[in-house]
Amino acid sequence: MKAQTSFPTGGAWLRHYLKKYRGTLLIGTLYVLGSVTFGVFVPRFVGLAIDDLRTTGVSYDKLLRSVVLIVGTSIVSGLFLFLQRRTLINMSRYIEYDLRQDFYSHLQKLPLDFFQNNRTGDLMARATNDLSAVRQVVGPAIMYSEQTLFRVLIILPIMYQISVKLTLILLLTMPFVSLTVKYFGHLIHIRFEKIQEFFSDITARAQENLTGVRVIRAYAQEEFERRQFAMLNHEYVERNLGLVRLSAVFRPLMQFFIGLGFAAILLVGGREAALGHMTIGEFAAFNLYLEQLIWPLIAMGYVTNLVQRGTASLKRMHQVLAVEPAIAETTDQITLPEIKGKIEFRNLTFRYRPDLPTVLEGIDLVIEPGRTVAFIGRTGAGKSTLMNLIPRLIDAEPGMVLIDDTPIGRISLRQLRENIGYVPQETFLFSETLAENIAFGMRNGAPPEEIERTSEIAGLADDVREFPENWQTVLGERGITLSGGQKQRTAIARAVIRQPRILILDDSLSAVDTYTEEKILSQLRGIMRGRTSLIVAHRISTVKDADLICVIDHGRIVERGTHSELMALDGIYADLYERQLLEEELAAT
Amino acid sequence: MAGSHHEEEQLGKLYDARAARRLIRYLGPYRRLVVIALGLTIGLNLVRQIGPLLTKWAIDWYVKPASDGVLEKTTAFNGVLMIAGAYVGSLVFILIIGYFQDVLLNTIGQRVMYDLREEIFGKLQSIEVSFFDANPVGRLITRLTTDVDSLNELFTSGLVEVLGDIVLIAGALGMMFYFNWKLAIVSLLVVPLLIAVTSWFRRGAREGFRRVRTKIARLNAFTQEHISGAQTVQLFNREEKAMAEFSRINTDHRQANIDTIFYYAVFYPLVNLISAVGIAAIVWYGGGQVIQNAITIGTLVAFLQYTQRLWQPIQDISDKYNVFQAAVVASERVFRLLDTPDGIQSPASAWQPEHGARARGHIEFRNVWFAYKDEDWVLKDVSFTVDPGESVALVGHTGSGKTTITNLLMRFYDIQRGQILLDGVDIRQWDLTRLRENFAIVLQDIFLFSGDIAGNIRLGNRITEDRVEWAAREVHADGFIDKLPERFATKVRERGAGFSVGQKQLISFARALAFDPRILVLDEATSSIDTETEQLIQQAIERVMVDRTSIIIAHRLSTIQRVDKIIVLHKGEIREMGDHQSLIAQRGIYHKLYQLQYREQKDLLRGTFSD
Repeated sequence: MKAQTSFPTGGAWLRHYLKKYRGTLLIGTLYVLGSVTFGVFVPRFVGLAIDDLRTTGVSYDKLLRSVVLIVGTSIVSGLFLFLQRRTLINMSRYIEYDLRQDFYSHLQKLPLDFFQNNRTGDLMARATNDLSAVRQVVGPAIMYSEQTLFRVLIILPIMYQISVKLTLILLLTMPFVSLTVKYFGHLIHIRFEKIQEFFSDITARAQENLTGVRVIRAYAQEEFERRQFAMLNHEYVERNLGLVRLSAVFRPLMQFFIGLGFAAILLVGGREAALGHMTIGEFAAFNLYLEQLIWPLIAMGYVTNLVQRGTASLKRMHQVLAVEPAIAETTDQITLPEIKGKIEFRNLTFRYRPDLPTVLEGIDLVIEPGRTVAFIGRTGAGKSTLMNLIPRLIDAEPGMVLIDDTPIGRISLRQLRENIGYVPQETFLFSETLAENIAFGMRNGAPPEEIERTSEIAGLADDVREFPENWQTVLGERGITLSGGQKQRTAIARAVIRQPRILILDDSLSAVDTYTEEKILSQLRGIMRGRTSLIVAHRISTVKDADLICVIDHGRIVERGTHSELMALDGIYADLYERQLLEEELAAT
Repeated sequence: MAGSHHEEEQLGKLYDARAARRLIRYLGPYRRLVVIALGLTIGLNLVRQIGPLLTKWAIDWYVKPASDGVLEKTTAFNGVLMIAGAYVGSLVFILIIGYFQDVLLNTIGQRVMYDLREEIFGKLQSIEVSFFDANPVGRLITRLTTDVDSLNELFTSGLVEVLGDIVLIAGALGMMFYFNWKLAIVSLLVVPLLIAVTSWFRRGAREGFRRVRTKIARLNAFTQEHISGAQTVQLFNREEKAMAEFSRINTDHRQANIDTIFYYAVFYPLVNLISAVGIAAIVWYGGGQVIQNAITIGTLVAFLQYTQRLWQPIQDISDKYNVFQAAVVASERVFRLLDTPDGIQSPASAWQPEHGARARGHIEFRNVWFAYKDEDWVLKDVSFTVDPGESVALVGHTGSGKTTITNLLMRFYDIQRGQILLDGVDIRQWDLTRLRENFAIVLQDIFLFSGDIAGNIRLGNRITEDRVEWAAREVHADGFIDKLPERFATKVRERGAGFSVGQKQLISFARALAFDPRILVLDEATSSIDTETEQLIQQAIERVMVDRTSIIIAHRLSTIQRVDKIIVLHKGEIREMGDHQSLIAQRGIYHKLYQLQYREQKDLLRGTFSD
């Protein structure tokens, strides 16, 4: 898998897969040769049969022989045609499988900031549309190219043998068919893409209108909006008709060129036959040969466009593959015998990019194993960033974050993360069963009792018992939608079941009422005894029992101490406390 | 998945005829174009079948006699030349008429789509606001885009191509039967075989595709979910398991495809074989007829070509069934939207205000009860009055019903009990546009439209450049606008991305002022802004409030202290009403709210907490 980034270009990457299937490709090619070779005989036999009719005294025997030959060669050719498709198109599906497999596997290794900087929709487009365009190249494009090549190579000599003159004339006119397909196909594709772009403009505009419906109604702008939409609608129709005027030339023009071929046969062939230079049977066979050449000629133009699109798509996929997993295991990494859970931030300063302002500044903090430390502060103060540094979702400069006195970058990523139970701010659950979601981080799954016990701790069990299929209830689109609080509690269970040395709750109780919160926290204290807990919160009630409370503001720790110490300080923390007290009173009114 | 498929099928059956008739009605305005297009289609496809006939003539009249030595070579050659000329003539005809037919058809299709989109969009402008609570925007967009497009398919490629195919088939059959009906029947013997094979293939391929689509959906859902949840996967060391699961789905997908390939791999060779059998039958039986001099060699050759030309249209027609199905389902969805009643509308004979359109701005809520759903009362027996020019602040906790009051004022929803009056007239008697023209609203979540700044201030109204700039100046929005390179012509991206919250608010204040409403409805933003902008906004609010009735959902102390009357809402009821001093003296809910607010403001000034 690692090898994929070693391909300098998309082309090299694709060739790697073709090489893997070169045996299949070779056999498939032989099948194409077989089906073309036998298919070519049918017109010849028809021609011969017609000529037989002209010689007086022809018998039904001779006619029968022609009939048997026609059907016989067709059967053989059909057999090869069957094998050809089964081999080559199947191969393309196997290559597609491999490509998708490696693409996904790579995606999975990319760091947090890659997903923050690339929209899911865009990545999905590469994993679907682009991938399928690439498959078209290794499947249909290869098959049709071979078919065309062999047909031309085999039919041309036969036609040449029948009539040199006629063959030369066809050779002059027929490439126009391919050129028409290629030229117009390309133009149509470009215009079509432009229309699609405009289409998404209209969609965006309509979306804006519908989202802002209240403003529009309040300002009585319905008529104006209607006119605006009519303008876009009109423009869209015009652009579409522009495409139509182009594509409407395409098909008739192609048929025209094909027709010219037949006209040439009629004229030149008719004359040759009348002069006795060729037989009527040969004349008829020529017509049938031309029919056989039409599809490959159309296919040729079509194939060049497939290849063009496929190349562009390959490039887009390769762009993603060329992204290195930023947080990689370095060679000097060690596996500690055991992680105890001491965390140290040593004069930590962090910024996401050199050109951006610092998010954290001069953080100095030592957390002894088994301690509970709370972080409080307003949105954007840098709390989540600080938490993200611990499981190395992001990296600070070496030596600024240490675990058990070892710089975090030197601990194997696997060991590090295995020892952390992380409950992120935004809960992400998968559309699987509740049990699977809770046991998500357990390499070998977890027994039902364990899952139930953990749910109990996370204050989730009572809710689950209400669900139709308890822990087997499926979440997400295909199942039930959890409330914000239920999601958070599931995420807590998911983290706790790993029995981590370090538990991180990043504002993970915000959607849970204070009573439940109290219960969860006291149960957590029980099982987290001897383990390190970091709690980020907005509510005083969440943090007041922590061993240490750090108030973070503008990336710095501005107050630190226990609840009573901070109250005595009468600073930000004390003020916040009073305010929340008032709010509670009001809510109780 | 299975459920929706089933549903669609049922809809299709029930709706077929009625939806189809209604669809045809959309062609009405283009009747003449439709008739021409149909004429061209018939003519075009008849001419397309002329080639084999010409071949037959060339062989029978000139080539064979000449090669038999019965006809003078030059005469024969001239004859062939003439026929070839006629053939090229037919090609030119097809080229030109084909072009016009295609353009014409698409023009009709595009026009109908235009009309449909306009009708749907218009519907969405007139339908009541509560409709949008129940129907997600994404779904409505689908009606407007994807569904309309699948109807386009029906008009441009579906119906007419089927007609064309029928003409092609009829043309070929007509010729064949005209030449020799016995040979025609012999050549058609393989047609049932072809139809059988085709329908076997369709069924198999359709089933296969359904499986492939299910697998693709599964694959995409998995990929999407694991891209969104990449962080979670990494945190919980799930990479290997996820990879294993992905491989399983990926394998399923590959297998479903390979199963489908089988149908194609069998179908194409089989069609070729059937066609070869057809040819063999013609050679065998036709050959015998030639021997017996019942038909000419030219007829035999023409027959060979005509049978070849039957396959394509027969297969095309069976292809079209899916297009029809999709179109019917889409049309059903579109029509259902179009048939949804508008709900809240202007009354048939609206009340006419005496002095033109402008209201004085007297507002009264009289024992108003309101619930968005059933009996979940959001407002309970709410009564209050606001005199013209008076300013009122609505205060209360989240969910107390403040925003609902502003929504009801503009008749976005109708109340269940009681009355809301503007200038002493029930708002249900007002013409909707007239009613709403009296208001300007500034919402908490400022909504800017893509376009430019000036456009966002004047919206669709004919407000002069000068007035736009004046309004911006009055609310001190000119400060930041003047710093922009293109000032009022500066582009605003979707939803106002790129502008700060404060800037967006100032623009919306300018908008409100430019409209010069009788009544200002303001939902103050709670989000924190820097002190400087805060002051600007404070001034802007004051400026916009001058000389008009104002209803403000207030979060700022300064605003609350300045209004004439404060209404305290708690859980849908009015609990306290009066001015600041008297309410503070009551030491009730307002007192507590005030203390809380006061602390927040203090924090804000200190630049620490705000949330």
